[in-house]
Amino acid sequence: MSEASPLLAVVDLSIEFRTRGGTVRALEKVAFDIGRGETVALVGESGSGKSVTAYALLGLLDPAARVTSGRIVFGGIDLLTAGERALEEMRGREVSLISQNPRGALNPIRPVGKQLADVLLRHANVPRVEAPQRAVEMLAKVGIPDPARRAAAYPFELSGGMCQRVTIALALACSPALLIADEPTTGLDVTTQAVVMDLLAELAAASHMATILITHDLALAGEYADRIVVMHAGHVVESATAGELFIRPRHPYTAKLIAATPKPGTQLADLAAIPGNLPDVTRADLPTCRYSARCERHSKTCDAPLPLVAIGPSHMVACWQPL
Amino acid sequence: MTEPILEIRSLTRRFPVKRAGQRPWRRAKMSWLHAVDGVAFAISPGETVGLVGESGCGKSTLVRLVTRLIDPSSGNIAFAGNEIGEIPARRFARTPQRAAIQMVFQDAGESLNPRFTAARAIADPLLRLSRLRGSALAERVREAAGLAGLPDELLGRFPHQLSGGQKARVGIARAIGVEPQLMILDEPTAALDVSVQVVILQLLERLKRRLGMSYLFVSHDLNVVRLLCDRVLVMYLGKIVESGPVGTVFGSPAHPYTKALVAAIPSLDQRGVKRLRLSGEPRSPIDPDPGTCKFYGRCPKGQSNCAAVMPELRPLEGGRSVACHYPEIAAAEATREAPTVNSSLLPFQIRHPAS
Repeated sequence: MSEASPLLAVVDLSIEFRTRGGTVRALEKVAFDIGRGETVALVGESGSGKSVTAYALLGLLDPAARVTSGRIVFGGIDLLTAGERALEEMRGREVSLISQNPRGALNPIRPVGKQLADVLLRHANVPRVEAPQRAVEMLAKVGIPDPARRAAAYPFELSGGMCQRVTIALALACSPALLIADEPTTGLDVTTQAVVMDLLAELAAASHMATILITHDLALAGEYADRIVVMHAGHVVESATAGELFIRPRHPYTAKLIAATPKPGTQLADLAAIPGNLPDVTRADLPTCRYSARCERHSKTCDAPLPLVAIGPSHMVACWQPL
Repeated sequence: MTEPILEIRSLTRRFPVKRAGQRPWRRAKMSWLHAVDGVAFAISPGETVGLVGESGCGKSTLVRLVTRLIDPSSGNIAFAGNEIGEIPARRFARTPQRAAIQMVFQDAGESLNPRFTAARAIADPLLRLSRLRGSALAERVREAAGLAGLPDELLGRFPHQLSGGQKARVGIARAIGVEPQLMILDEPTAALDVSVQVVILQLLERLKRRLGMSYLFVSHDLNVVRLLCDRVLVMYLGKIVESGPVGTVFGSPAHPYTKALVAAIPSLDQRGVKRLRLSGEPRSPIDPDPGTCKFYGRCPKGQSNCAAVMPELRPLEGGRSVACHYPEIAAAEATREAPTVNSSLLPFQIRHPAS
């Protein structure tokens, strides 16, 4: 990937939420970038800040959220300072989202073909008379059999896998440069998951589209992503190419996560749990390394501000004592 | 040969559904949705049997039949030698076998009463199914909680004050309190993160040994089934299409559907390899043609007689069975003997287990 100008650069992004229970420091100095046509997976357990990152990219954060530092540079503009008009232009056309629950993302009382036509009319300047035809073409492109008939179907008439194909068609309607797929296959069967992921990979390759794949499934990330960014409690702890991360994880948390994932050929006794829980991120006196309380290698050196050490050309780790 | 703890024979459950496109003033003609269609299997004492299949294949209906929450349309369910299939579901709640078959539900957060503390939730089945009261009951609750790895200080908490893993432990403690012989685990770790999942799976394995239970483990995560189960049943549209020891079934699947299921597991060492993918949707389970294989239409090797004769589950060597006219196993054997076979000539790639 061209080092000079990545498609998207997230720089030192910190986000906090003010709640009655205190200030939740959801993200702290999150940094990563994505090149054109690249697939990057954000991996982490629930509560690690994956989805907050995604919603920040789209400018769709909850009103309680406050960006305390950082920039999100996409195509030369900072999305955090851009106005609502500019964001509206960008969403759907340049950056689009596939959400976790396909049925929830679709309007239940509007045929799917009409919903697709709406997107095309709003974002792609398609003439009104051509929109229905283009919608059917989009449905055909995501592999829906008999698209002309299915365009008239309501979401409840389609299976989960079909609904997810429709949301993919919606997201790709304007050929965005960046697609954010937030757990695109939760709730789908493994066979359907495989088909949907293959389809996404194929379409991304065909239109040279970059993809952020948000998932908690390491194996899925390993199979489909070029690069993996591992998150823990609002920090990016490690980022590396998929091949390197699994062969040689450097952050203790990544190593534990890999060791906890069931794989073919492992026995139940071989799997090791990760001790402890995610730290309480409302605490004012959080240690600089949020993994330190769970870490076996923790020592005095770890109390210094968290480093981001470049270990290889594309391998970064946020640890004073990497493996 | 030990007597199986659970033995099921030709179990069927059909649900009536209204046929589409009828005039509302006419008497509705009913169609039948075949949710579970002639299923037979057995579970030995101390055995863990996995049940896998896509959503809508009848896993949940089968589980509800086995736990006797609903009545079968026909067929037999023998539990520890007694026929329990004939007892109406309503009356089953008052039979002694009720305590012997317990269930751990899918989402521990959703299946716990939000207004019950952990202790009350664990005590609930004991209040209904045992005569324990007072301090004896409290002692039994603490014991069950201890077995499930739930510390005493958490027993006074409500579900919203517990983490996902702790809620899963409450669900397990609640089920083991009445000392069941058969436990049905319906995706007990689906809602959990991998780091917590490991702990719960290891806990379940320990409990099984310690309390001598049998498990029926329902899951769609094949990697988890592989870890925990001795045998696996693969279900497709109400029928068991393949069964056998978990290693051999996943290692060299005989049924084309099992093969597709195994090929769909994401794996790190399979990047960029073109693998078998299923196209299309499952056939309709409503009034299915009894002469057509349930997998016909989606099957990559469907032939004309697959649409004419329903394949029955028949035994193969190694304690496995398959319901297919053209099982994969012969092809797998051939490649093992002659590794030079040109794999591009085969209908799809044959994968061997990674180990």
